[in-house]
Amino acid sequence: MKYSAWSQEAALDVLATLREEKGAVLMALQALQKEFGYVHQEDVALVANFFNNSRADVHGVLTFYHDLLTEPPTENQISVCVAEACQAVGSRKLEKDLKAKFGKEVHDGYCFGNCALGPSAMVNGAILGRASVDSIAKARV
Amino acid sequence: MKIYVPGDSAAISVGADEVAQAIAAKVNGATIIRNGSRGALWLEPMVEIETDKGRTAYGPVSVSDIDSLIAADFMHGGAHPLSLGESEKIEWLASQDRVTFKRVGIIDPLSLADYEAHGGLVGLRRAISINSAEIIEEVTQSGVRGRGGAGFPAGIKWKTVAGAVSDQKYICCNADEGDSGTFADRMLIEGDPFTLIEGMTIAAIAVGATQGIVYLRSEYPYAIKILQKAIDIAHAFGWLGSSILGSNFAFDLKIRVGAGSYVCGEETAMLESIEGKRGVVRAKPPLPALEGLFGKPTVINNVLTLSTIPAVMADGADAYKARGVGRSLGTQVFQLAGNIKRGGIVEKPFGISIEEVVNGYGGGTLTGEPIRAVQIGGPLGAYFGTDKFETSLDYESMLAAGGMLGHGGIVVFDDSVDLAQQARFAMAFCALESCGKCTPCRLGSTRGVETIDLIIQGVKVDENKKLLLDLCEVMTDGSLCAMGGLTPMPVKSAMINFPEDFTGEVSRR
Repeated sequence: MKYSAWSQEAALDVLATLREEKGAVLMALQALQKEFGYVHQEDVALVANFFNNSRADVHGVLTFYHDLLTEPPTENQISVCVAEACQAVGSRKLEKDLKAKFGKEVHDGYCFGNCALGPSAMVNGAILGRASVDSIAKARV
Repeated sequence: MKIYVPGDSAAISVGADEVAQAIAAKVNGATIIRNGSRGALWLEPMVEIETDKGRTAYGPVSVSDIDSLIAADFMHGGAHPLSLGESEKIEWLASQDRVTFKRVGIIDPLSLADYEAHGGLVGLRRAISINSAEIIEEVTQSGVRGRGGAGFPAGIKWKTVAGAVSDQKYICCNADEGDSGTFADRMLIEGDPFTLIEGMTIAAIAVGATQGIVYLRSEYPYAIKILQKAIDIAHAFGWLGSSILGSNFAFDLKIRVGAGSYVCGEETAMLESIEGKRGVVRAKPPLPALEGLFGKPTVINNVLTLSTIPAVMADGADAYKARGVGRSLGTQVFQLAGNIKRGGIVEKPFGISIEEVVNGYGGGTLTGEPIRAVQIGGPLGAYFGTDKFETSLDYESMLAAGGMLGHGGIVVFDDSVDLAQQARFAMAFCALESCGKCTPCRLGSTRGVETIDLIIQGVKVDENKKLLLDLCEVMTDGSLCAMGGLTPMPVKSAMINFPEDFTGEVSRR
């Protein structure tokens, strides 16, 4: 997926779109990640300043949610469901095989709501049912 | 010529987008409608053609089938090995009792004309024409209970919010459907989003709220897109906004997207998350009905609860409560998942047995091996063996059997499952997702993983089993919310119903 290069001005532009939102800290971090692929270390202070929160509060939010990344993402993002319904159709082995093959690209997911057609995976935001190492390899860019 | 190719993400996950593209490229004059899924997920992508006899179905269709379908004149319902006959007569679907899901898979999810032609907005128009107390009375009389899992009567919750005095009230829809094995919220939103919007609008009128928020998980990107489009359409139509369908009521609706936290499905953690904070559970009281979002009175209901309200208002409480058993009235949208031959949505009145759903509708396991266990009600629900299959699926019977109905998800496992590993996973998941506020959940879950590991390794098995049961008791009684309080349910039920997996011997079976 393509992301913009981070700069303070660009980050402030993103925040400006959320000025009117009530309780916007989480939304702001999500919006920054959508734009730049991750939350830059300087974003914490920017968000805190912009929405009149403490840096500790913003850091707390950033570290609570699994979705939020603090490092640039790998080019391919593979999320494989390792929750119960997918475990029942072999996701534990799939996860192991994927991690052996694609390493850091692979993350554990917990349910994409595709539990009758597992194992399920998300590859760069697109959902795959009855997923295999082969079908996931094909969906990578 | 209308051709229906579901745009539901389960259908897309097995190639529906590619099938739709191939049909568009190869069939002249085809109008392709991306409907929701009817819920027979093993038949997806299920393509339907509108003929003069009604809709005819083919499935599961892959791109490589399109040429032979064209050769068989599928555009006029021609015979083909993938032919399923008339959609309305497919036994698996025809034998269900669809109330909440009555339009899902049938209509174009983003066509208001389709929605109204199939009974949409009737409930809302009636709600506008009567007063708040009458709406709440109708909902209370219908017996609709919270479909998120807790089963709290919706009418009583609404009455509390209606009675609170405040300058601002909120309707929050909990669409953080994080339980593995559940997907009904997602399918409803993707297949009939206007029903949810209608239910929320009725709730707003009933309690005097003007702002609604749908907290929708980030793992559902397709549902987010469809719901946002539906909200925009409802705004443009004069349904949402400053005057609901020309009345004196105002209601606005927004989506807030989750960020991958399971505990945010707990209602107070969800409120914290909507407020932009860490998803840390709040102590109750105060009840969210009195001090909820931003400290204001708030109705929090699950997607299915709110989406059932339009039918209750349109057809009346009596029609709804004529279905079901005991205090579990109406229908439940069961979700058949995991290692299952015919998985998907089964909407039936409460009181159907596990056997009828899992073997009747589900047809046993996908692998063809015998069923060893089912987990009902999500990751916090109990593991049962087949000896419990005659249990009635309703709130009270499931409780009596040592489990819970939860959000209606049923995950099936074949005989390769190791229940000690499943119990370990329950504790590990709790350790990963605990918000950290209360000690029994935060520390208990990690100690639980360690103790189960010792049992699996055969270290002081009896002693550690006793310790684990004691820990489960502390977590059940001492946790602040259902996350820590119910994690012991899968653990204990696995130990009780499958003791042979907890002997510490590798070749136990």
